[in-house]
Amino acid sequence: MAQHTTLSPPAESSLDADAAGLLADAQAEFDRMMAEDSRIEPRDWMPGAYRKTLLRQISQHAHSEIIGMQPEANWISRAPSLKRKAVLMAKVQDEAGHGLYLYSAAETLGQSRDTMMADLIEGKARYSSIFNYPAPTWADMGAIGWMVDGAAICNQVPLCRASYGPYGRAMVRVCKEESFHQRQGFEILLELSNGSPEQKAMAQDAVNRWYAPALMMFGPPDDDSPNSKQSMAWNIKRFSNDELRSRFVGMMVEQVKVIGLTLPDDEIRFDEDTRTWQHGPLDWGEFQEVLAGRGPCNAQRLERRRQAHEDGAWVREAASAYAAKQRTKQMDEMDQVA
Amino acid sequence: MSPHGNPEVPAGAAADVIRGARQVPAGSRTPEPADPAPTGPAPVQAPGSPAAAPEPAAWDLWEVFVRSNRGLSHVHAGSLHAPDADMALRNARDLYTRRNEGVSIWVVPAEAITTSDPGTKGAFFESPQGKDYRHATYYTKSEGVKHL
Repeated sequence: MAQHTTLSPPAESSLDADAAGLLADAQAEFDRMMAEDSRIEPRDWMPGAYRKTLLRQISQHAHSEIIGMQPEANWISRAPSLKRKAVLMAKVQDEAGHGLYLYSAAETLGQSRDTMMADLIEGKARYSSIFNYPAPTWADMGAIGWMVDGAAICNQVPLCRASYGPYGRAMVRVCKEESFHQRQGFEILLELSNGSPEQKAMAQDAVNRWYAPALMMFGPPDDDSPNSKQSMAWNIKRFSNDELRSRFVGMMVEQVKVIGLTLPDDEIRFDEDTRTWQHGPLDWGEFQEVLAGRGPCNAQRLERRRQAHEDGAWVREAASAYAAKQRTKQMDEMDQVA
Repeated sequence: MSPHGNPEVPAGAAADVIRGARQVPAGSRTPEPADPAPTGPAPVQAPGSPAAAPEPAAWDLWEVFVRSNRGLSHVHAGSLHAPDADMALRNARDLYTRRNEGVSIWVVPAEAITTSDPGTKGAFFESPQGKDYRHATYYTKSEGVKHL
């Protein structure tokens, strides 16, 4: 098997001229790939900070998919019809799949999946703040699909072109599957909006509650987002937080008319000078609080994840035991043949 | 009941077809990603397992290849963890073919794959420099001649 040249930055003291030369070559090659908008693959040399940034972003993304199963899974047994139940199950199964695609991508950066899982359960890892809001009514399933998944799609489509190959490939798969999520949410809201006055009020209430958290999914404003610039220089991020947020607002403005509801923001307007959609002020203090673990559902979400992991221990044990048994059986059969 | 039936009684899925086709090496392998990052920091083990009971060793990593239609090659779809080949195949079905994406799946232990070294690109792959004659466009005298 081919030997791999290790090019990790050695300690200063041992940095001899050869190693320094190799490192400079590797950095130059990396810079050239960035300039060409080429892709970095797992075995390529990459700067430590690039690897760290990707690992943080991809694992947080994976955690978000996994935690994101909870608000909707809670409604599977309460869905108003068999059709809605089947749709919701498919969607939650997709979120699990998306989490797994992303964990695989993160693993290629040298982090074990078990470590990532443990970090999440132990509260050491972050995930999207949006999943720490409660989903108290059926209309929330509509608002989550239409707004939360809508915002996620806006964010994720440009990530298909992220400079790190495995991340981009995972996102292509995710985006293909995500569009049904948004449409089913749209349909739930549309149906409620055309239903009884109570149903319409319930739909409007859900839209009102999810509007600001959905806009905050794009992250802090550009002038308060220290990592964005570097991520854009590395071709991980293709558009700034505010650019994506503005684009999303523009889409919602039109779509909400079709649904027959309104967005809870009087200050939405299209700015002719900047050619961007502007919205009212968002409560970034709340965003920071939720991110720091003090949102309405943080504790509940983590506890549920921990419980699910522990409840699944016997399944993992059984699968391992079954695999071991099958191996023994096969070995015996081989012995008999021989 | 689990959606995929009792694991003691395989549900007559694709897994049965290849049973015996590959002998899965006994013993646990070291858990490593498909593309072990040569420059990466050593994976840090979490201090203390989150669960009360000690977890079994991490499952092996498998690479998944899916044939989307008859007549086409299997194409790499992604990877997953599983305790053995049969369960890797079942997991691959659930993870990578939820929408009829495939008519056939291969799962391969990630560690069984040997790859070329990206660092030796120049030396390993023959230079195409000066070898235009390997392409049809090199031969120009036949221009205008039909069916050639």
